[in-house]
Amino acid sequence: MSERTPEAEYSHELPRLALDENTRRQRGEKIKVSMIGLCGCWGCSLSLLDVDERILELLDHITILRSSFTDIKRIPERCTIGFIEGGVANEENFETLQHYRENCDVLISVGACAIWGGVPAMRNARTELEDCLREAYADSVTRPGEGPSLIPLHDELPRIADRVYPCHEVVKMDYFIPGCPPDGDAIFRVLNDLLNGRPIDLPTSINRYD
Amino acid sequence: MIKLVIDGKPVEAEEGANLVEAAGENGVYIPTLCYLKGEPCIGTCRVCSVRVNGNVTAACSVTVDDGMEVDVDEPEVADMRRALVEALFAEGNHNCPSCEKSGRCELQAVGYETGMVVSRFPYRYPPRDRDVGARHLWLERDRCIFCQRCVEHIRDRTSGHKIFSINGRGSRARIEIDVELADQMPPEQVREAMDICPVGCILEKRVGFDVPMGQRKFEVQTHRERATEGTSNE
Repeated sequence: MSERTPEAEYSHELPRLALDENTRRQRGEKIKVSMIGLCGCWGCSLSLLDVDERILELLDHITILRSSFTDIKRIPERCTIGFIEGGVANEENFETLQHYRENCDVLISVGACAIWGGVPAMRNARTELEDCLREAYADSVTRPGEGPSLIPLHDELPRIADRVYPCHEVVKMDYFIPGCPPDGDAIFRVLNDLLNGRPIDLPTSINRYD
Repeated sequence: MIKLVIDGKPVEAEEGANLVEAAGENGVYIPTLCYLKGEPCIGTCRVCSVRVNGNVTAACSVTVDDGMEVDVDEPEVADMRRALVEALFAEGNHNCPSCEKSGRCELQAVGYETGMVVSRFPYRYPPRDRDVGARHLWLERDRCIFCQRCVEHIRDRTSGHKIFSINGRGSRARIEIDVELADQMPPEQVREAMDICPVGCILEKRVGFDVPMGQRKFEVQTHRERATEGTSNE
């Protein structure tokens, strides 16, 4: 988002309706939580929804500023807890992750991609970036039949990174929840431990890498 | 029977018993990867490292002795074991979500038991070519941890020659297969080779993902439960 065109307008910069006084006061007392996806499939973000009706009891204590419910790209105010899904694969991912690190007290890597790159990181082991882009675009068997074979390049498109980086190689991450995706149970447990000031305990029965 | 002390608790074991087995029979789980019950110790992975009379050593290589003092759960050695598992995850390409051995992979099961959530070492993403030359099985080298179980324990049934070998050293090491001997393997030996591989490197062709999630080997019974079967700590 650093190289923006003058007419670009981002969702987090749009004017927002003012909250009524009562809601604003109630939210002010709650712990603020956000979750965003970088280079992932948004499956981990859906796992947050798999907390199901337990989210209702959590909502007495937390308010969710950014998640699949509120599709903004930046968090409007400082959060206590930030969940990050996905690895760092392009310029925009770097900026978003840095924004979250600067604006969250506790930052958590959620899922295989955030922890070690996951499926997108297969390109780290296999090939040069250029070969990868050529295979995906210029030489793709599903590219449009007519017109030139091109690798997309435009100021509005984030530049792709030389390889996919685990989040903790870019900024300091405080906790890790493995899984592809982790169960809603695992996310609930970590969130619940944090809210109650307990040391985080991800028991063997819940810890999953797949 | 002889007496030894494990984690401060006096226990009994049969004379000449292997420490991994003696601990398991007394309900103490020691993680293992290259070790196979009843087979000679290979001692390549060191994941079973414990403190024996003050010195850190691989438990699979130790025969119990009267008066022996063993520390398994001490935080420092437990962290060493986890570091060894984390090093293996960082060294190869261990993509559990896309691996058909997931749920029955010993490296993964031991990762859970040692409490690994991320590797403390930088992930290396080494390029490793797979080998599909043999008729009945193939090698997904991304996952090989060089435990040498296949090298030692899977041999040609007529000549006794090794079918698998490790070629090269250090980061250039790779597992190789003797295609001629491999093509003579009977079906049950092919299955044995796949089962003996603690990761998803040796795979039988034309099968895969044949057990649903929730019913896979270590989901039915964990690595710890298997090692301490029949004891009160199970």
